[in-house]
Amino acid sequence: MTDYLDGNVLAGPLREVFGVDLTTAGTRCVGCGQAAHVAELRVFTDAPGIVARCSGCDNVIMRLVRTPDAAWLDLRGTTALRVPLG
Amino acid sequence: MAPFTPGFLGRDRSADTTLPPGQYLTHDFPVLSAGPTPRIPLDRWEFTVMTEAGVVRRWSWAELLALPSETPTVDLHCVTKWSKLSTDWEGVSLDTLLGDVDTAADYALVRSYGGYTTNLPLEDLLDGKAWIAYRYDGEELPSEHGGPARLLIPHLYLWKSAKWVRGIELLIEDEPGFWESLGYHNYGDPWREQRYQGD
Repeated sequence: MTDYLDGNVLAGPLREVFGVDLTTAGTRCVGCGQAAHVAELRVFTDAPGIVARCSGCDNVIMRLVRTPDAAWLDLRGTTALRVPLG
Repeated sequence: MAPFTPGFLGRDRSADTTLPPGQYLTHDFPVLSAGPTPRIPLDRWEFTVMTEAGVVRRWSWAELLALPSETPTVDLHCVTKWSKLSTDWEGVSLDTLLGDVDTAADYALVRSYGGYTTNLPLEDLLDGKAWIAYRYDGEELPSEHGGPARLLIPHLYLWKSAKWVRGIELLIEDEPGFWESLGYHNYGDPWREQRYQGD
């Protein structure tokens, strides 16, 4: 059963926080080292928050919770977030 | 004969709208999951309790099933706002599992297969308030609902009832779990609508 979506579903929630499209941003999994664009992550949305996982090892790359007055973002699962500019 | 008013017909639980604030009633059992469903072979499944001193107590699947079980009927309240009433479970009370554990801890961190964690005060696991549940509605607990076994702690929001439970660490100091570290309330009492930090 496919119970996840691709990372394009993160476009809106991340744009709300950063004001730009981050689906083309690059990640690198701290678990297995796999590089992936945000759009390529496996995203679980049927949960109290959004959880994006590595397609190679299922490690959590990023988590996002939207409370009524704040967004909470955890990026500990990626060594860096490479954001294309220009 | 004058007709009875509904008040004389007793409490119909299905029509009881006494829910925690902000909740709506559902008759489905929605599946929420922060990751892929772990598949744990029963011959490799174990449940552990580790004290603050590092002392570990282990139960195999057979050992868990050999313990006295209880059959609580409880209401479930999910922080995503659905509530499901009068659900039937079977499992082992945490009073049984923690009864002879020597600890001075005030807190517990629950760990699941798949990496999920959730934290709560140790006292919330005791006195008939929590179970390691392995049957739901008369059947083996389905994996999508946390089988082979999950924590069941119905007086808190359902994210505390960790699916695919693997063990409990007893801690002197509180340690936020998966959702508690990302904006959700540290305790999560649905009757006080403790959804988010600051509620």
